[in-house]
Amino acid sequence: MQIILNGEAFATDAKTLEELCARLGFAEAKIATAVNGSFVAAASRGTTRLAEADEIEIVAPRQGG
Amino acid sequence: MLTLYGKDFASRLLLGTAQYPSPESLKQAVKASGAEIITVSLRRESARARTGQGFWALIEELGCKVLPNTAGCHTAKEAIATAHMARELFNTNWIKLEVIANDDTLQPDLFGLVEAAGALSAEGFEILPYTTEDLSAAERLVAAGCTVLMPWAAPIGSARGLINREALKTLRAYFPDIPLIVDAGLGAPSHAAEVMEMGYDAVLLNTAVAKAGDPVKMAAAFARAIEAGRLAFEAGLIEPRDMASPSTPVAGTPFFKIDHAS
Repeated sequence: MQIILNGEAFATDAKTLEELCARLGFAEAKIATAVNGSFVAAASRGTTRLAEADEIEIVAPRQGG
Repeated sequence: MLTLYGKDFASRLLLGTAQYPSPESLKQAVKASGAEIITVSLRRESARARTGQGFWALIEELGCKVLPNTAGCHTAKEAIATAHMARELFNTNWIKLEVIANDDTLQPDLFGLVEAAGALSAEGFEILPYTTEDLSAAERLVAAGCTVLMPWAAPIGSARGLINREALKTLRAYFPDIPLIVDAGLGAPSHAAEVMEMGYDAVLLNTAVAKAGDPVKMAAAFARAIEAGRLAFEAGLIEPRDMASPSTPVAGTPFFKIDHAS
């Protein structure tokens, strides 16, 4: 399945957002997620199924003004 | 004491965490500034670089109140989704709400800002909105639930100081009981002192400190200027006048003679 991960095309067979995060090594990481422009809470990642062409954002703390 | 959303702060300087020459200089600058509130953002995390994880460890070490921003958002929808992610990521209801209208000026999109503020406020967010000096936008932000306003002094990163001093003065007069924080556009400690003398409650800085030749020293300089400006405001400035007025007593001046010519 092709998705857009953080703005770039990405191939994955992960079924859920939680699985995708785990495969990327983010299982214990300090991240937040959104799917197709809407926030998905950490507790809902396991029940958020991924679909073809989904746009996934995975963000972390960064310097800011 | 500065009170924002029921929390008291001794420092009236809020400091951004971006653009420092090194993590160590960021740490030292925060310390030298005495800031108790620091701003952060959230950005896409790469599985390889994992940049955000290391940055978070540094921020935790500083022990400051973290104020996440929605920098770079161009619509209310983006800002709302970013605020949701920030609330979970940083475990805070506080959000420095930015909706940007234009990439050259980085001026706030006041319509998007008011829309996002209303939605987020209804969800329990405590919003510090990056706005302009516009009174009607300020009124709408307050009506939307904002109990703090953060007008710009000049475009972000421009270091130009107060480009619309009179409007900032009006805003201060119009909202005597709302904490007002000047956010963006200051370049020199004298700019910060000036807004504090005008009765502004605090100043939010980033570029002016981070890009200074010596960020740590500049952080200390701004801290003192802000403290000086606040003390001056509390002390009450004298009114300017057109003509001179001698400070040394006139009575008893040696060689004094009444000028009969006048």
